[in-house]
Amino acid sequence: MRDVMGIINDTMIKQDLREITSHRSTAAVPFGGRYRIIDFALSNMVNCGMKNVGIFTQSNNRSLLDHLNSGKEWDLLSKRDGLFVLPPTFRYDEFGRSLGDVDHFHNHMDYLKRSRQNYVLISNSNMIYNMDYRRVKEYYHQVKADIVILYKEETKVKDLSNFISIKTDEAGLVRDMAVNKEKSMSNKIALETAFMKKSLFIDVIDDCISRGYSDFAKDGLIKNLNHYKIYGYAHRGYVGKVHSILSYFQHNMDLLNPQIWKELFFKSGFIYTKIKDEAPVKYMGNANIQNSLVANGCVIEGTVINSILGRGVNVHKNAVVKNSIIMQKCQIAEDVFIENAILDKDVRITKGRQLKGESNYPMVIEKRVVI
Amino acid sequence: MEKQQCIAMLLAGGQGSRLGILTQKLAKPAVPFGGKYRIIDFTLSNCSNSGISTVGVLTQYQPLILNSYIGIGSHWSLDKKAGGVTVLPPYVKNNGGEWYKGTADAICQNIEFIDQHDPNYVLVLSGDHIYKMDYSLMLDYHIKKDADATIAVIEVPWEETNRFGIMNTREDNSIKEFQEKPKNPINNLASMGVYIFNWSKLKRYLDADRNDTHSDHDFGKNIIPKMLTAGEKMFAYSFDGYWKDVGTIESLWEANMDLLSDHPTLNLYDRDWKIYSVNPSQPPQYIAPHAKVKRSLISEGCQVYGELENSVLFPGVYIGKGSKVKDSVVMTGVRIDCSVKIFKAIIGEETRIENGSIIGGEGDSQEKITVLGENIQISKKARVHGGTIVDTENCHQWGFCIGKDK
Repeated sequence: MRDVMGIINDTMIKQDLREITSHRSTAAVPFGGRYRIIDFALSNMVNCGMKNVGIFTQSNNRSLLDHLNSGKEWDLLSKRDGLFVLPPTFRYDEFGRSLGDVDHFHNHMDYLKRSRQNYVLISNSNMIYNMDYRRVKEYYHQVKADIVILYKEETKVKDLSNFISIKTDEAGLVRDMAVNKEKSMSNKIALETAFMKKSLFIDVIDDCISRGYSDFAKDGLIKNLNHYKIYGYAHRGYVGKVHSILSYFQHNMDLLNPQIWKELFFKSGFIYTKIKDEAPVKYMGNANIQNSLVANGCVIEGTVINSILGRGVNVHKNAVVKNSIIMQKCQIAEDVFIENAILDKDVRITKGRQLKGESNYPMVIEKRVVI
Repeated sequence: MEKQQCIAMLLAGGQGSRLGILTQKLAKPAVPFGGKYRIIDFTLSNCSNSGISTVGVLTQYQPLILNSYIGIGSHWSLDKKAGGVTVLPPYVKNNGGEWYKGTADAICQNIEFIDQHDPNYVLVLSGDHIYKMDYSLMLDYHIKKDADATIAVIEVPWEETNRFGIMNTREDNSIKEFQEKPKNPINNLASMGVYIFNWSKLKRYLDADRNDTHSDHDFGKNIIPKMLTAGEKMFAYSFDGYWKDVGTIESLWEANMDLLSDHPTLNLYDRDWKIYSVNPSQPPQYIAPHAKVKRSLISEGCQVYGELENSVLFPGVYIGKGSKVKDSVVMTGVRIDCSVKIFKAIIGEETRIENGSIIGGEGDSQEKITVLGENIQISKKARVHGGTIVDTENCHQWGFCIGKDK
């Protein structure tokens, strides 16, 4: 896989993650207690042996840059290849139209051309799964595809309005593809990840730009379904796409299923993230903890049930945290009751407060708020 | 090379023979402690947090794990352009090589290393102790007192003075007399094995000691008494806080248990003085719906389905349904199946305990600690009595050694 470069696309701006993405991009959204969503895409790439990863960012990128730092945690701090963080050029063109991902790729054509790899694996930053990309490359050669896109066959066809869905024939060729189609068309959901020759990727970008197109999926892939041999490769494991508060909440809670926990964190390799050197979790004499995921550095004196706790969270005496996601360094004082809530980083809930959302509409508390 | 004001020499070659099977394959400073650390993390983190960025680590006994653990020191932010961490094992010289014969000899054989950095002061540390200390304050004190040597001391209970080197001091904290493990102590200030010397002065004493055939080449036994006799300016620097020498299985177990009280003296959650270590890339721990966890320290990657009380779990430990673990220290990657009972035990890395086994006694607090070595598999419904030490030699009585018989 040394001959494959990775591209993570974090340029999408239209996201319904409310307060959680008001100061960070989707890639940098905390997930699963100690991770950021991008850790999955990034770790999948390095775990299969890729050495060159470029990340296309949007202007809201301070949090992501802080997280990635030199790329050392993913073994991407290297004299040759390594991690390349590519800043956005402009969000809008001279006529005020917002740029599509193709424009962002085009603006960094130098990086693409200069990289010495012959293949490219491109992934959106909001997908959560653990997979070995070597299988994808093998499949690519086996079927002699031009492009391979990854998909997952869902048993229940959900609302597709936030997904890219595809139809494949018996041979695996992609016959139809639709972005955010409301009416259900297929139970095959794209993982928004594609594999192809780098030269082809550059051609597709060039074609799009020269014709005034700007969306990689809609213009680069859908319009080329008859032009290139685009194959679908089925991923049989767990897939999460974070596109709304509810999907964010749900995919976090899915980690409380030990099968999913094991698959996502161990199956094809570890998921790496920024190290914080937190101490082990401390449970006091009065602690009551059940069905929860707890990151290092937490000190638990109260009750925690069905929840995900980020690093360095304190839950004080007689406090109750239920069905909630509590991010890094939140302080939950004595006698507090929290249910169905998402607390962003550094939130402080003072003594005796009660916060309650609904399971289908969790309450979201913005970063650093004191209640 | 750039001149440094003060560099540290960390003695990490000790065997720690009283730790028995826990130090069979690794040196004492590499012994795991506190759910994610190794003992040496405390001294290395102290150096890093005190702004001492040149550290020579003197290794000798079973150095493989320790050497690969320390690496180039990046986990403690000690990978610096000037200085950084240098591991210093004994080496062969022109006229043949020899082992480090004592703590002073270890420093003496590395005079060249210290001279490379040309420091004014040398901080001599031991990698065997658990404590958090700002060495820069001690250095300020040493400079302010215009001392030739400063020795960090801590008050110990009078009944334990016979285990330590005791400093008898004058009113201004200057050291009058040094008593090694005294029977009739006149003071209770014990040396912590933390020394600051003026390098030029220390070098002279090391050179003289090298040729002294009667010397044990030890700081406590030889160098310090010789300097006192010669009338050098020596001061005691009082430290109050947690400090523990985990020399025995009992004290290692105790030091782990010390962390479990609601407000332990050794605070691992201080963001201004973090203890750094090599972090495993494990997910947050999972505590199952019917698990019970009380007064415990649990590290990342653990899965707890059973009951846990007053215990320390290192990364990646699995505790199955119906199992009960109390007053125990369970090291990295241990798997405890269902309906297992464990009381007052230390379980070594990657060991597996099958269904229904009972390890240790039934809750008698006076009972001796049970120790299971690493990579041992205890068979179903085995009974390992309290105080038993299970190692690769005798484990066939209860199970077998993983990777040997299997």
